[in-house]
Amino acid sequence: MLELTLVPFLEAAVRTATPLAFAALGELVAERAGVINLGLEGTIIAGCLGGAAAAMFGGAGVGFIGAAAAGLAMALVFAVFVVHVKTDQIITGTALTLLGLGITGSIYHLRPALVGAGTSLPTTGPVAIPLLSEIPIVGSALFAQPWPTYSLYLMVPALAWWLARTQAGLGLRAVGEHPEAAAAAGLSPQRIRFAAICFSGAMGGLCGGTLVLAQVGSFNEGMSAGRGFIAIAIVVLGRWTPWGTAGAALVFGGAFAFQYLAQSLGLGWPYQLFLAMPYVLTLALLAAQRGRAAAPAHLGR
Amino acid sequence: MEALLAFWDGAVGSSYAFWSATLVRATPLLLVGLAVAVAFRAGVLNIGAEGQLVLGAIAASGVALAFPSWPSLLLIPAMIAGGAAGGAVWAGIAAWLRHRFGVLEVISTIMLNFVAAAFISWMVRGPLQEPTKVYPMSVSFSESARWPFLLSGQRTHLGLLLGVFAALLLWFVLTRTAAGFRVRAIGAGAAAAESAGGVDARGLRWRVFVASGALAGLAGASEVGGVTWALYEGISPGYGYTAIAVALLARLDPRGVVLTALFFGALEAGGASMQRNAGVPAVTVQIITAGVLLSVLAFARWRVGQREGSLS
Repeated sequence: MLELTLVPFLEAAVRTATPLAFAALGELVAERAGVINLGLEGTIIAGCLGGAAAAMFGGAGVGFIGAAAAGLAMALVFAVFVVHVKTDQIITGTALTLLGLGITGSIYHLRPALVGAGTSLPTTGPVAIPLLSEIPIVGSALFAQPWPTYSLYLMVPALAWWLARTQAGLGLRAVGEHPEAAAAAGLSPQRIRFAAICFSGAMGGLCGGTLVLAQVGSFNEGMSAGRGFIAIAIVVLGRWTPWGTAGAALVFGGAFAFQYLAQSLGLGWPYQLFLAMPYVLTLALLAAQRGRAAAPAHLGR
Repeated sequence: MEALLAFWDGAVGSSYAFWSATLVRATPLLLVGLAVAVAFRAGVLNIGAEGQLVLGAIAASGVALAFPSWPSLLLIPAMIAGGAAGGAVWAGIAAWLRHRFGVLEVISTIMLNFVAAAFISWMVRGPLQEPTKVYPMSVSFSESARWPFLLSGQRTHLGLLLGVFAALLLWFVLTRTAAGFRVRAIGAGAAAAESAGGVDARGLRWRVFVASGALAGLAGASEVGGVTWALYEGISPGYGYTAIAVALLARLDPRGVVLTALFFGALEAGGASMQRNAGVPAVTVQIITAGVLLSVLAFARWRVGQREGSLS
């Protein structure tokens, strides 16, 4: 019974959580510097396209570089507007999402060959780690995944340490909490925010790259399917910490994977209920953590 | 060049293009644009007009399908009321989450957009599906549920009149009444409005949020009643997001929204024509929308910079 229900459910949960965690960890860094990047959705879809196009030339590895570069390019536009022109973050982000969806959709329709439509892209498959992947129940979910998942196992503790224990991490948090004080202490809030946005862009791009190159295997119009917005909610649920964010991403992966579990259990509910569930769950969890959230004081300003 | 010609033909190149393509697409944009404008005026970041529009379309369709034999004089007002109520309830959820639990409306309204998309997908495959259960759509509305055209021989319908009326009403309320002054005051600075003006910012935000949802719901009712005469899953090609550009380009002035809705309506109509006649995907229009938004933002900042420069 467990082999047929729980194990595939856990595998699907980790698989779904992986791209979300990339995007959410990037967004976390931007938000700790006081920037909410609502253009993340556009960044992710750009990463999907960049990943697919680059993988056509040089294989999956080059594909991930292309994905990060495409995300970075989108983030640069956002950073110039938000940091230097000082435009409203929410609206600039909305515009960037429209821009990303528009550009990628247009390329997909006009130059389908460029994104490998109709051919199979080089992808990266699951790599089972000996011994660890044989742990009962959770082994295959945690240790028989494509390598982007494993890179997160290193990235989450590294980011937690960097934010909490290093001079640069302290500077980043200072800019998000009190930019005037940070400036008085000799830091450049503008430069730090710019760098944080660039990091979130590259991570958003990697989210798209993971989707295309480790999961779906092709580029489709609008395939980011709201992951950018979900990632922003994940950061709030994770209370702006790397470990919390990773955990919240996993909860989300579980909410998405629940539809597989429900199918195998033979529940006859309409499938749209499962489509809506992750979003309803987000609202419920956000409502439940009322008053305990610790948003950076200068977020969005 | 071919694409540009197709764009021109489809948007304003003939009286048919203007009345039956541009104005028909401007109608929902006008109503949703007003919804976003009034919310932003009060400092409510309602990014969920898309979901509120969808709920309005579902509610209005429900009314039309439940009472097909009612005369138009009764049924159409009932559809209008139903659509507004549907959008208002959907916005009300986000408003309630904000005021009861402190959930930011930017996030909650986006989440509710996805829930609305799943909800309409279920409606057109479940309770409101046509009786043969083949197509994901409702049955066509009865004659009396179809909104009248404004002139014979073209497709501009009652929804446009509603939109223009709503724009004038909103402009009047915002600029000529005490309630409108309070809305603008909390938008400019809630703390100052509360301490200096004795304004109940929380209560006012509630009401503005719900009113904004009602306007977006009206756009949904107008689409099913005036254009499609049935409920479809793809009832909105992202009008709720384009509306943000519509509202901002008008600098949140309801009178300006009439003009910017017309501009974006022409953009949508021309984009559709480019797709049909020149093979340019309609999604390309989103690039233009994004470009307009970014230009408006940059220009607004530049003006602020000029003003600050002249003061110092």
